[in-house]
Amino acid sequence: MTPRNSTLDARVPPGPLENKWERFRRDMKLVNPANKRKHKILVVGSGLAGGSAAATLGELGYEVDCFCFQDSPRRAHSIAAQGGINAGKNYQGDGDSVWRLFYDTVKGGDFRSREANVHRLALLSRNIIDQCVAQGVPFAREYGGLLANRSFGGAQVSRTFYARGQTGQQLLLGAYQALERQIGAGQVKMHSRTELLDVVVVDGRARGILTRDLVTGRVSRWAGDAVVMATGGYGRVFYLSTNAMGCNVTATYRAYKRGAFFANPCYTQIHPTCIPVHGEKQSKLTLMSESLRNDGRIWVPKKAGDNRAPDQIPEDERDYYLERKYPSFGNLAPRDIASRSAKEACDDGRGVGHGRRGVFLDFRDAIQRLGQDEIEARYGNLFDMYRRITDENPYQSPMRIYPASHYTMGGLWVDYHLMSNLKGLFVLGEANFSDHGANRLGASALMQGLADGYFVIPDTLGHYLGGDKPEPVSTDHPEFKRCEDELHDKVKTLLSIKGKRSPASFHRELGLVMWEKCGMARTAAGLKEALKKIPEIRAEFWENLSVPGTNAEFNQSLEEAGRVADFLEFAELMCLDALTRDESCGGHFREEHQTKDGEAVRNDKDFCHASAWEHKGPGQPPVEHREKLEFENVALATRSYK
Amino acid sequence: MNLTLHVWRQKNAQADGRLETYNVADISPDSSFLEMLDELNEQLLTSGQEPVAFDSDCREGICGMCSLVINGVPHGPDRGATVCQLHMRKFTDGDAIWIEPWRAKAFPVLKDLICDRTSFDRIIQAGGYVSVNTGSAQDANALPIAKPAADKAFEAATCIGCGACVAACKNASAMLFVSAKVVHLAELPQGQAERQKRAKDMVQQMDTEGFGNCTNQYECEAVCPKEIPADFIATLNREYVRAGVTASE
Ligand SMILES: Cc1cc2nc3c(=O)[nH]c(=O)nc-3n(C[C@H](O)[C@H](O)[C@H](O)COP(=O)(O)OP(=O)(O)OC[C@H]3O[C@@H](n4cnc5c(N)ncnc54)[C@H](O)[C@@H]3O)c2cc1C
Ligand code: FES
Repeated sequence: MTPRNSTLDARVPPGPLENKWERFRRDMKLVNPANKRKHKILVVGSGLAGGSAAATLGELGYEVDCFCFQDSPRRAHSIAAQGGINAGKNYQGDGDSVWRLFYDTVKGGDFRSREANVHRLALLSRNIIDQCVAQGVPFAREYGGLLANRSFGGAQVSRTFYARGQTGQQLLLGAYQALERQIGAGQVKMHSRTELLDVVVVDGRARGILTRDLVTGRVSRWAGDAVVMATGGYGRVFYLSTNAMGCNVTATYRAYKRGAFFANPCYTQIHPTCIPVHGEKQSKLTLMSESLRNDGRIWVPKKAGDNRAPDQIPEDERDYYLERKYPSFGNLAPRDIASRSAKEACDDGRGVGHGRRGVFLDFRDAIQRLGQDEIEARYGNLFDMYRRITDENPYQSPMRIYPASHYTMGGLWVDYHLMSNLKGLFVLGEANFSDHGANRLGASALMQGLADGYFVIPDTLGHYLGGDKPEPVSTDHPEFKRCEDELHDKVKTLLSIKGKRSPASFHRELGLVMWEKCGMARTAAGLKEALKKIPEIRAEFWENLSVPGTNAEFNQSLEEAGRVADFLEFAELMCLDALTRDESCGGHFREEHQTKDGEAVRNDKDFCHASAWEHKGPGQPPVEHREKLEFENVALATRSYK
Repeated sequence: MNLTLHVWRQKNAQADGRLETYNVADISPDSSFLEMLDELNEQLLTSGQEPVAFDSDCREGICGMCSLVINGVPHGPDRGATVCQLHMRKFTDGDAIWIEPWRAKAFPVLKDLICDRTSFDRIIQAGGYVSVNTGSAQDANALPIAKPAADKAFEAATCIGCGACVAACKNASAMLFVSAKVVHLAELPQGQAERQKRAKDMVQQMDTEGFGNCTNQYECEAVCPKEIPADFIATLNREYVRAGVTASE
């Protein structure tokens, strides 16, 4: 299959990197205040990205409808983020700057992101903190009353702002309260317990969506001047992940099937510090914030098959492998590296706990140095969480951790304006692909979601509406009916199979294949096996699925079945992308491409591009488009954290 | 573990509900309570019966979605935890367990164990925010906030809006929920401009939604998964009185 030479125009403004965003803002088209209320904007998602976008667009005077599948916008999965949010404020005076945050993020992403987007992100990061503090977000503070910071992986400065272990919750409540204020003012209409099931495209532009009311089953048509999609990531393609139960690929995948390109689906992040799997019936995994790596030391026994209790293993028989391999970053090595190192240690038979799939995260030395009170003040809630889940006391014996699926860098392709190749479809937050390349640094997803929602989309959406002036479309347009008919057929089929297996059982089966073949380490042979296996699981799904009940009621099995059906198709695209990207970079580790010491080997000559996949219809192979990544400001280097 | 479950089943908001009895076998003590319900549902589904509908999303105690009354106690026997954080090791083999939804006039049941909590969103709409548009904020460190005030605001802001406080209260009062937001914003300089109006409007909306009055039973505090102290209710009362006095001046 030869990739199509791309018609993808990223619309990056000309001029020096530092001035690109100003340059865009100087030239952008505006919508006058009186006209804003004539524009209907459909915002799908109410997490940090969607919530901040809907609130801000409401403040500006647009007529906004906002959708989420939970019962309240406040429950979007952003709520679960623990560790913190980066910003290039240099409040600590430790040498940080917009440039350094930009550089760290590009390097952390293993030189597979778009420079101009990342620079804008670093620039706007500072405004985010200002905005959130003004809303009353209770960030951690020093005794002098100023904001506190901590360090996160992949950085040598302290630039992470946090609110104990609940940073995502506090940031989301800030956005949620701003959103509720707009709902109260009548600027935004909120539709919770409502799921997007299709995107309606008219004359090459995204002009509407179809939704299902999860309580009544009613399908509705919505027409608008633009669709803003902020529906989060697809980490649950692995079934077990740190993502919430409802996280799905449905929204972005349905957009893909209607013509939006899906970029770099193989870039997924496996987070190094999660509580290990304990049994087959497990439904999800729990993250232990990466901030723990500030004070915890990671180790395994030097000897394979060592069954002694951790306190019986003397110092010289322990392998602090991150400190050994990466002396300058040590336990704060980036996520992809820390995860893969844990996998290697366990593959060597040196893992600990259930199935030897775990490594120690040890606070003994930190407790000796700082006292238990200090450790409790820093991480108390995380230690409690660990104890509740495992029934073990981490103040006394080390935690056991193992990597788990956590974040997805891939997503719908967007240009500098965050608009997809489908005009009028804007994609924000984890749902797009733009800023993190092949690996995301800790504390940068919250930053991206809020930069996109508070500061980018208000300007770029106005530019689109002011420049393109899309004609009004009504829901009576035949395209809405055609999409709705297709949707009804699909639902009818799901309900009529009347087989024996639950949607979750298929999801679990798919997840195992993906974890084994397209997880932390991938090979061409393994990916080919997965590409054979996935259609088999899918075929059985459509023959042997059991979904009781009807469409016209609250039906959680039907919701789940729809999401699993999409994962079963999407997984194939993910493996195809992983197979096509014949290099190792960031979270995408192809075993064929590594140094003797097991470090990833990138191939900049052939793969310094984003792969954007175009759907060609059922049964047809998708077509790959490439956006060449130009690095004008940083030199492509081999990432080193040694 | 083998267990007998008495589960509230209700087809929709209009239908009458009743308790149905089910048995589950071979449950691992390391499973979470919701994973145990997943297993029940798997059992029901593979035999072509309708699974039990219940809410959950994050399954780590932060989103506020899960909402079950277990043996009469919202979120079950563990203090300071949501039901999604409850593990089966807290039960004994052979136990009978009663599982019901939140019950309150302002939280109507939608199906089985799921209720409608949008009344909480409307209370926030009435004033649970600082009116600041995007883009107009000053530098964050231009406003130092003493650590004790910041810490207290944080403690109040940990509310996850699950509604257990309402479900536990015999009057179905939402005072703990409202007080948490009022205290969070009243502690901070950013919240001062709208402080009095906020307290008044939020309490008024709470009444409109049909939540009851607080009669100091402290059941709310006992079940709150974030252990928000009931003292905040006294603060709310003071804020409310102050708002009333100022408004009538
Ligand atoms: C456990 C955990 C901890 C994390 N910690 C950190 C951290 O410390 N720092 C950091 O920077 N990042 C962290 N992350 C990553 C970060 O939280 C997420 O990437 C980010 O919050 C995503 O925000 P979002 O707005 O893009 O999506 P989400 O918050 O996932 O919101 C998605 C929204 O879309 C809606 N939606 C989805 N699908 C549909 C559909 N089909 N129809 C209708 N609505 C739909 C949902 O209802 C929801 O409102 C963490 C992630 C996890 C899982
Ligand atoms: S499911 Fe999120 S708090 Fe229980």
